Order: sequence, then structure tokens, then C-alpha cells
Amino acid sequence: MKTIRVQTADFDSGAECERLVAGRTDIGAVVSFTGLVRGDDGLDALALEHYTGMTEREIARHVQQAETRWPILGVTVIHRIGRLAPGERIVFVAVASARRAAAFEAAQFLMDYLKTRAPFWKQEHRGANAAWVEAKESDADAAIRWRES
Amino acid sequence: MTLLYFAWVRQKIGRGDESFALPAHVRTIAQLIEVLRDRGPNYRAAFAEPDRLRAALNQEHVRFDAPLRDEDELAFFPPVTGG
Repeated sequence: MKTIRVQTADFDSGAECERLVAGRTDIGAVVSFTGLVRGDDGLDALALEHYTGMTEREIARHVQQAETRWPILGVTVIHRIGRLAPGERIVFVAVASARRAAAFEAAQFLMDYLKTRAPFWKQEHRGANAAWVEAKESDADAAIRWRES
Repeated sequence: MTLLYFAWVRQKIGRGDESFALPAHVRTIAQLIEVLRDRGPNYRAAFAEPDRLRAALNQEHVRFDAPLRDEDELAFFPPVTGG
């Protein structure tokens, strides 16, 4: 099962993991990652913008890449957009596989690419100030390690 | 062609999308940036430092030497910060 959603609504990480394995007996491992909005330096909220169409395509492309590299039995990627307060869930990646190594690696691969390739932009709101978040070199480095030579 | 702008590029230009007739002499994104920069102070501000920008052509990441056609959808944006 493959699910990719870009939405303003919250999601239920536990229920999403359950959905991946419901009725299956071939899955031996589910690795999930849930990203939360951190309230750094008095942050009031993040506002997330995306490129409708390209975002979904870009995520789907990387899910396909993950499927060619690891024996994946199910994937769910959810990314929220709009205004999110500290503590709110922002992103979810879950990968199901027969064994844990593939599930761990594929989930990390998807998160690293989500951060560096999927067209989302974060703006930090503090009081009356709004500032666009700058891309981090460390995120680019994290994605580069998955490149096949 | 259709031009799309996101994040601070959209804010500096003051709009998120527009139709633009690709001039006959413009072959690449790098050349188009030169043309767009002369359209006013808002465009000059957005395209002042092309190194800070990224582009997607028909919804795929591309470099600035990518060739353009008038039927293309071209988006300009800062490096992405999702996740």
C-alpha cells in the first residue's frame, strides 16, 4: 500500500501505522518517523507553503526510488501545510517491510529527500515578525549520502 | 509560458503566478532571469542573487542552463525547507 498526502489536517501516527499492516502477515517491520514543530526561540507558529502538483509528484518519485532500492511492502508519507503551532505534528513517514534494516533505511532515505527535494517552504512567525527558514547544509549532506555512485 | 513564484520570491515580486510570452532570443532559464530582472524593482529584488534561487521546469528540478519553450511551466523558489 502506498499513501502520499499533503494536507492541512492533523494525522494520527498510530492509526497510520495500523493501516499499513492491517490484514497483512508478510510484514515483519514498520518504521515510522513523526516530525513535530519545535518551539525554538519563542516561535508562535510555522506557516508552510507548497507547490501543488510538483510536491506530490516529487514525493511519489522518491517513494518509487525507495521501492527499487529496498524490498518495501508499504509506504505512507504525510506532510502538513498551512499554519502549525509548536508541538503540532508536521510530517510523517512510515515504511513497512519484511525485515527491519530495509524499513529503517528506506524511512531515513525518504525523510532526507523530503527535506531537500520536496517543494515545501517554512516561514517562522514570532509576534509580528515573519521570516523564511533558510535551507540547511546539514540536510543537503544527509541526502547526498544516499546517492548511488 | 506560465511563471510561478514561491515563498520569498512570490513576496518580493508581489504575485504567485503570471503568463509571460517567452522572447524569441531567450533560450535558457539563466537568460530569462536577465530579462525578468529588468521588469521592475520588485523583479530586480527577487532575482538579485540567482545563486539563492532554484527552478523547476514542468514540475521537475532543473539547472539554469535548461532550455525553455513557450508552453512550459517554470517555477522560481528558494531552496526547499520542508520536513
